[in-house]
Amino acid sequence: MNALSVENLHKHYGDNEVLKGVSLAAKQGDVISVIGSSGSGKSTLLRCINFLESPSSGRVSLGGGEVRTSIDRSGRIRISDPVQLRRMRTRLAMVFQHFNLWAHMTVLQNVVEAPLHVLKLGRAEARERAERYLEQVGMTRFADAYPAHLSGGQQQRVAIARALAMEPDALLFDEPTSALDPELVGDVLKVMRDLAREGRTMIVVTHEMGFAREVSNHVMFLHRGVVEEEGHPRDILKTPRSGPLQKFLSGGLK
Amino acid sequence: MSYEQLAPLLGAYAGGLWVTVQLTVGSLALGLMLAIPLAVLRVSPNRFASGPVAAYTWFMRGTPLLAQLMIVYYGFGQFQWVQDAWQRGNPVLSLLRDPFGCAMIALTANTCAYTVEILAGAIRATAYGEIEAAQAYGMSRSTAWRRILLPSALRRFLPAYSNEVILLLHGTSLVSAITLIDLTGAARDFYANYYAPFEAFVSVGTVYFALTGIVTLLIRAAERRFLVHLRPLPLSTLAKS
Repeated sequence: MNALSVENLHKHYGDNEVLKGVSLAAKQGDVISVIGSSGSGKSTLLRCINFLESPSSGRVSLGGGEVRTSIDRSGRIRISDPVQLRRMRTRLAMVFQHFNLWAHMTVLQNVVEAPLHVLKLGRAEARERAERYLEQVGMTRFADAYPAHLSGGQQQRVAIARALAMEPDALLFDEPTSALDPELVGDVLKVMRDLAREGRTMIVVTHEMGFAREVSNHVMFLHRGVVEEEGHPRDILKTPRSGPLQKFLSGGLK
Repeated sequence: MSYEQLAPLLGAYAGGLWVTVQLTVGSLALGLMLAIPLAVLRVSPNRFASGPVAAYTWFMRGTPLLAQLMIVYYGFGQFQWVQDAWQRGNPVLSLLRDPFGCAMIALTANTCAYTVEILAGAIRATAYGEIEAAQAYGMSRSTAWRRILLPSALRRFLPAYSNEVILLLHGTSLVSAITLIDLTGAARDFYANYYAPFEAFVSVGTVYFALTGIVTLLIRAAERRFLVHLRPLPLSTLAKS
């Protein structure tokens, strides 16, 4: 059974069709890298998976349970059950390009917040979890600092700890290193590499070809809203068959 | 003027000070409590929710506090149904008979309007990514308001609100126009009795000045406690990391 599956996802803004029927299936422990030039729809795909943006049509299921939707009169997709959607979102923790930590909370409070107030864990348990995952990303020392006082790489590691503290079924990464200074990228990628090794299910939208090649077991190349080519990174990154991917990899498509 | 005259004077000032402090603290507390839900409505995309609040703040901010005090104290008593309610002893409407009640109502309504707009501005300034993160982590709308939006907005709101607190403290001096003996009222009585306007108003100005100083210190302490996350780090800490 697939841990996470997306079937025939479409998304358009007015006449502009960003996703033209994208499907994705992740088994437990899969690390899927989604690559493509900007405007290819890769971030939109990720944001449609947890309904931060409503897809125009398509199905998303997590651990066999489908997000229940209906179509309203204007033909748009509607969430049938907001409680079910929220429950699903807790099982799909997201890491954002710009970290999106809660600025008025300390590092520890950021990580404790959702387990405590969404998952309704006890205070001691939520704190124990937060400390464990802050330790894992090497941020224990900064537990009492505020996000604004940390570097981008440190903030992103906190954001990853926040995601892990949900103990989700799958992790969604939306260009997690794109907003970082080059010398800070390595720390974040190392944390993500360790997560992949632990067997976590991850969907990673990324520009880091090294990460896609070495860490993921499946790469999807999105081009103009469709999956132009996908497969094991060994195959498609070494010997791309389609023209756009060849061009993208040689640096011609940015 | 002799020292024997000073004793009743100090008593009158103390009474006036007590009225000023009660009005300031009471209307600020009530106004802030009412302003929080109203500010949430004010930023709603639904016009039926935000419209009435916008009309209210527009009216209150568009008219002078002195006129508002006059309307509440002298104006409402003109209506027959209000007078009838007084006859029946209606506890709520009877407030309109009492100058202190009227002052409290007008000051609260006035400060609440300004506070709503300050707070609504702070809510609108919330970084969108933080709201998105709240959604992505499964928070319901009410949890996101309670845990993320309001706590962060109320912190940003503090520096602008300190102005409103000081303006309101000084605004309470207008209540002497509706027969209340607050600090300014006490000074006016003193002036009328002894014909010493300079002493009367300089002394009362000094008391307001001291009160403003206390308010400023309290707000600075609150900012120090609640706005740590916006403060630049001292250079010594930066050097360590």
